[in-house]
Amino acid sequence: MNNMQRRKIINGTVLVLSTAAAMIGLVMLTWILGDVAIKGASAINWDFFTQLPSPPGDEGGGLANAIVGTLLMTVVATLISVPFGVMAGTYLSEFGRQTALGSTARFVADILVSAPSIVIGVFVYLLVVKTMGNFSGWAGAIALSIIMLPVITRTTEEMLRMVPKEMRESALALGAPYWKMLVQVIYRCAMTGMITGIMLAVARVAGETAPLLFTSLNSPYWMQSMNEPMANMTVALFNYAMSPYDDWHAKAWGMAFLITMSVLVVTIITRISLHKRS
Amino acid sequence: MSAASPIQNAAPADKKVKPVKAAKVAKPGANKVCMSVRNLDFFYADKQVLFGNTLDIAANKVTAFIGPSGCGKSTHIRTYNRMFDLYKGHRAEGEILLDGINILDPNVPALELRHKIGMIFQKPTPFPMSIMDNIAYGLRLQSGLSRSEIEGRVEKALKDAALWEEVKDKLNQAGTSLSGGQQQRLCIARALAVEPEVILMDEPCSALDPIATAKIEELIDELKQRFTIVIVTHNMQQAARASDFTAFFYLGKLIEFGDTQQIFTAPGKQQTEDYITGRFG
Repeated sequence: MNNMQRRKIINGTVLVLSTAAAMIGLVMLTWILGDVAIKGASAINWDFFTQLPSPPGDEGGGLANAIVGTLLMTVVATLISVPFGVMAGTYLSEFGRQTALGSTARFVADILVSAPSIVIGVFVYLLVVKTMGNFSGWAGAIALSIIMLPVITRTTEEMLRMVPKEMRESALALGAPYWKMLVQVIYRCAMTGMITGIMLAVARVAGETAPLLFTSLNSPYWMQSMNEPMANMTVALFNYAMSPYDDWHAKAWGMAFLITMSVLVVTIITRISLHKRS
Repeated sequence: MSAASPIQNAAPADKKVKPVKAAKVAKPGANKVCMSVRNLDFFYADKQVLFGNTLDIAANKVTAFIGPSGCGKSTHIRTYNRMFDLYKGHRAEGEILLDGINILDPNVPALELRHKIGMIFQKPTPFPMSIMDNIAYGLRLQSGLSRSEIEGRVEKALKDAALWEEVKDKLNQAGTSLSGGQQQRLCIARALAVEPEVILMDEPCSALDPIATAKIEELIDELKQRFTIVIVTHNMQQAARASDFTAFFYLGKLIEFGDTQQIFTAPGKQQTEDYITGRFG
């Protein structure tokens, strides 16, 4: 066997193996998505979006309060984490590149990104739930915002750093003060990337269960304020899936379908907007 | 720029001028001098990269800086608008006199200075906003201009940069939608709009095709009637075509400075001749 034949065999083997590996990943994903879609879509109807949960064991009802609760807590968490995350990312990219504080903050953010979300749930439980004396929507939103914060911080930093240095110098060369250069030119250049980071952070927390289990808990009622336990899609899914009722199992599948779809839609929108710009 | 700008008000620094031997100053003939550079040293932290550069930049002329990569010509030009202020550890010593003021003096406000000294970079850098807003950017930094004044000056700047005819119907389109050559002229118009005295160009054509390059060179020739232009270039022909004076740098030192024609036809130093004839660099 000459050298050429050997290379061809190795090439063929590696090609087959890597294709198979890619296929395995793809098949798994399609399987999960397909299963969720088939079992979930049938559970979704008008009541699902408009009715409160029925008492345990009764048929019918919906999960309107959980859908609204998740939306509300996600929006509040985004409102908390975006200003802090964008400012922290700006510090890391513009002022803290070689400082001790900068590298420490960057390191901590990286650890926080991969911190188990249940740890964050327990942390907020001690910090907010214990102090306030009850589970609440605020505690849930705070836990979600802590998960979002490092993601937004690091993407903001990366996106600001990607803006070419000539762009900064051009604005400064026109006599712009540093902060105006940053806000009027550099933020605009990095806007798409920063929004992508925020969207990815939203998609990340949309499926979180553990931190909410310790903070917002769940509720069968409409929320009157953020100060009381708040229903949400993931904890409802968890409770319903664990229940002994067939109707609740079907609703759990519906919830899974809805969560998966919203994450999918957020991701696709992000991709499209990113693609348009580049 | 009003006459009472802080640059003019800052105390003249000529008391500190070190005596420079007249013979060592590279003089651009009998022309009016716009900027005088005296004993300019530059450091990247501890590493010195410019050594005692001394020359005069003639007003309303084009001065070209040539030399092999890493010879310090870009570093030199970036001291003229204190762009190095942005980076930690970058430090210039010596003097650069503009209207009798040493602009390296930390008391001279860099922002005011940059209104007087515009800069064009190697790659076109249109801001992510409309053509109109791009040109108006520098103007809006200086307060007190009405909307119609700004529009008038945008039009004038675009005409000065020979771009008006191509963009007058699409001023609201993104600056990034233009071609590379148009983008570079947009950047030139943006710099012209604030009516600086001096325009620095750091290899302005190196990312452009020959036709776009020819347009920019044509433009430089027209602009020198109103502005003083300093251009860094790697292109010998460009220096020969577009400039009145040429400075040759090598390893951070100003080797030779003089009339462009003289530099290219009868260089006084062996190193200059070797470089322009392509024997090294």
